[in-house]
Amino acid sequence: MSDHNYTPSSKFGKWFNDRLPLLTLANHLTDYPTPKNLNYWWTFGGILTFCLITQIITGLVLAMHYIAHADLAFSSVEHIMRDVNYGWLIRYIHANGASMFFLAVYIHIFRSLFYGSYKAPREIIWILGIMIYLLMMAAAFMGYVLPWGQMSFWGATVITNLFSAIPLVGESITTWLWGGYSVDNPTLTRFFTLHYLIPFLILGLVVLHIWALHVPGNNNPVGIDIQKPSKDTVPFHPYIVIKDLFALLLFMIVFAFFVFYSPNILGHADNYIEANPLVTPAHIVPEWYLLPFYAILRSIPDKLLGVVAMLSAIFILAALPWLDTSKVRSAVFRPLYKQFYWILVIDVLILGYVGAMPAEGLYLLIARVATAYYFLHFLLILPILGKIEKTTPLPLSITSPVLGGSTDLAMAKNTDVRKEKL
Amino acid sequence: MQRIFKILFFLLILNTNFANSISAENTSKLLTTDWSFKGPFGKFDRASLQRGYQVYNEVCASCHSLKYVSYRNLSEKGGPEFSVKEAKAIAASFEITDGPNQDGEMFTRPAKLSDKFVMPYSNEEEAKSANGGAYPPDMSVLVKARAGGADYIYSVLLGYVDPPENIKLDDGVYYNKYMYGNKIKMPKQLSDGLVEYSDGTNATEEQMAKDVVSFLMWTAEPHLEQRHKTGFRAIVYLIILTVLVYYSMKKIWSRVETNV
Repeated sequence: MSDHNYTPSSKFGKWFNDRLPLLTLANHLTDYPTPKNLNYWWTFGGILTFCLITQIITGLVLAMHYIAHADLAFSSVEHIMRDVNYGWLIRYIHANGASMFFLAVYIHIFRSLFYGSYKAPREIIWILGIMIYLLMMAAAFMGYVLPWGQMSFWGATVITNLFSAIPLVGESITTWLWGGYSVDNPTLTRFFTLHYLIPFLILGLVVLHIWALHVPGNNNPVGIDIQKPSKDTVPFHPYIVIKDLFALLLFMIVFAFFVFYSPNILGHADNYIEANPLVTPAHIVPEWYLLPFYAILRSIPDKLLGVVAMLSAIFILAALPWLDTSKVRSAVFRPLYKQFYWILVIDVLILGYVGAMPAEGLYLLIARVATAYYFLHFLLILPILGKIEKTTPLPLSITSPVLGGSTDLAMAKNTDVRKEKL
Repeated sequence: MQRIFKILFFLLILNTNFANSISAENTSKLLTTDWSFKGPFGKFDRASLQRGYQVYNEVCASCHSLKYVSYRNLSEKGGPEFSVKEAKAIAASFEITDGPNQDGEMFTRPAKLSDKFVMPYSNEEEAKSANGGAYPPDMSVLVKARAGGADYIYSVLLGYVDPPENIKLDDGVYYNKYMYGNKIKMPKQLSDGLVEYSDGTNATEEQMAKDVVSFLMWTAEPHLEQRHKTGFRAIVYLIILTVLVYYSMKKIWSRVETNV
C-alpha cells in the first residue's frame, strides 16, 4: 500500500492535503489492495451501500410529502401515490428497497458465515455489522408503521407490547414508549422521528465498518491471509469497482422487477386498510425479513422468555467469533462445518416459513424444533466442531493452487503480513 | 456470466411464482377473467373503465365512497380518459358542501374537477347505521387491500349462491362463496341488464363485474400504465448497461490472470 508515501502532484493539493488528508484517503480507497480471488458473494457490501443511499434519498423525498399524524398519515401516503410527481415510483422504491436491503444483508451475513469472515482479526467488523443489522430492523419496523395501515398499527401494537414482558417496570416502559395508553398519534410521531434518525446512525456505523475492514483487509474464499500483496491482490480501483458495479446492475434488475411489476407482493394487503384500533386483523404478520425472529418469539410459551429468546437469537451472533473455535476460516476446507452451515440455512428458512403461519399445531412444533436447533448450532455444534473436525489441506497462497499450507497460514501470522503490506 | 444469468433467471421465476402463489392464497378457486392490465405490458381498456365508472356511479356509489379520487382524475392519461368536458359534466352533476362564505355560512355548489369524489355518507357512523351496522369500505384502494386483488373482488361480486343447508344466516347477512368467512352484509348487487351501457355493450353480470373491477383497479393504481411503461424502459436500459459493464469488466480483468 502506498498510503504513507503518497504526495499529491499539484501544489494546492499538497497544501490542502497537509492540512486535511482527504486526498490521502481517496488514494487509500482507490489503491486498497483487495484479494484477487473474491467471488460474487463479496459484491454485496457495495450493493448494501447502494441500498442505504437509495433508502436515504427516496426517504428524504417522501418525508417532504408525508404527514406524521394519525388522522392524516394514510391519506398523505395516498397523496404521494396519486398526486406527487413520480410519488408512486419513489414510494415503491423505498418500500421494496427495504426488502432488497434485507435480501442483500442476509446474503452478506451468510457469506460471512460460510467463509468465516467474522474470525480474528475481523471480530470488530463483524460486531459493527451486527449493530448495523439491529438498527436496520428497528428502522424497517418503524418505517412499516408510518403508512398507518392495519398491519402498521397492529404490528406496532404487538412489538411494543413485548416490552411489557419486562418484570416490574414493563408496563411503565410500554406506556412511555407509546406516549400514552395505546399506540396512537404520539407513537406515530416518535416512530417517524426515529425512522428519520436511524439511517444516519447506520451510515456512521457503515463508515466504521469499512474503516475496520480496511485495517486487516478483506477475507477471501479460501480464507487464508495474503502472502504477497503484489501477487495476491489487485487495487480496489478499477478491478473491484467494475466488478461491484456489474453485480450491482444485476441486483438492480431484480430490484426493478419488484418495483415496476409486483410492487406490493412483499407487503401485506391489510396495510392498504387504514389503521383501526377497534378491528384486529385475522393474522398479524411482520414483514418477511423479520419472520424467523417472530417464529422464535412465538415458539416459547412464556412471553418474557420468548422475548429473551428472540433477542438472544440476534445477540448470539455477536459472540460468534468466540463460539466458533476452528482455526480454519473458509468452509471450503471444513467438510463437517459445510454441512452444518447448510442445515443452519435451511433451519432459518424453516423459521421464516413457520413465522408466517399461525402459531398452532404442527407449525408450532416445527417452530420449536427449529428454534432449539438454531441455538444448538451456535452454542454446541460450533464450539465442538472446531475441536474435532479434521480440515482438508489449505493452499499455500490464495493464488497458488498448490496445497500444503498449514492452519498457521490462516491465522496468527496476521501481524507480520500486515506489516509487510504497510 | 452464464451462471449469473441462471441465478437471475431463477430469481425472476421465483418472483413471478411467488406473486402467483400469494395472489392465489385466498383459495385457488377464485374466479378470474382476461384482465387487460395484467402482465408487464398490461394496459387499461378505456371503454371498460368508462363502463366501470358507470357501474360504480349507478350501483356502488350509493354506499361506497372513493375518497382519494378526484373528478379531474377521470380525464387524466392512463385512466378512463373521459374528455375534460365530460369530466366537468360528471363533476357538475354532484353537489358538494363548501364554505364558510363571507357570512360564515356553509353552502352547496356543483362539484368541480379539483374536488374529490362526493361521499355517500357524511361519516362512518352514518354509513354504518344505514347499512345494518356494517361499514361499506372506501373503494379507492380496495383492490390492493384484499389478498387476491382484482380476482377476489370479481369473485365476491359473482359469488352469491344459496347457502349450504347447515349454515344459518341472520337477517341482513348473505352467503358468498368467496367472501372471507363466507358471510357478507352486502346483498347481491349485480343482475343482467341492471345498467344500460351507453356504448351498447351487453350488460351481463360478468361484464359489469369485469368493468367495475377494472375501474377499481385503476382507482387503486392510477399510475399503473405509466409504471409498466417506465419499468420496461428502465429494465431494458439496465440490461444494456449491464452487458456493457460486463465487457468492460472482462477487459479490465484480462490484465490479471484471475478469471471473473
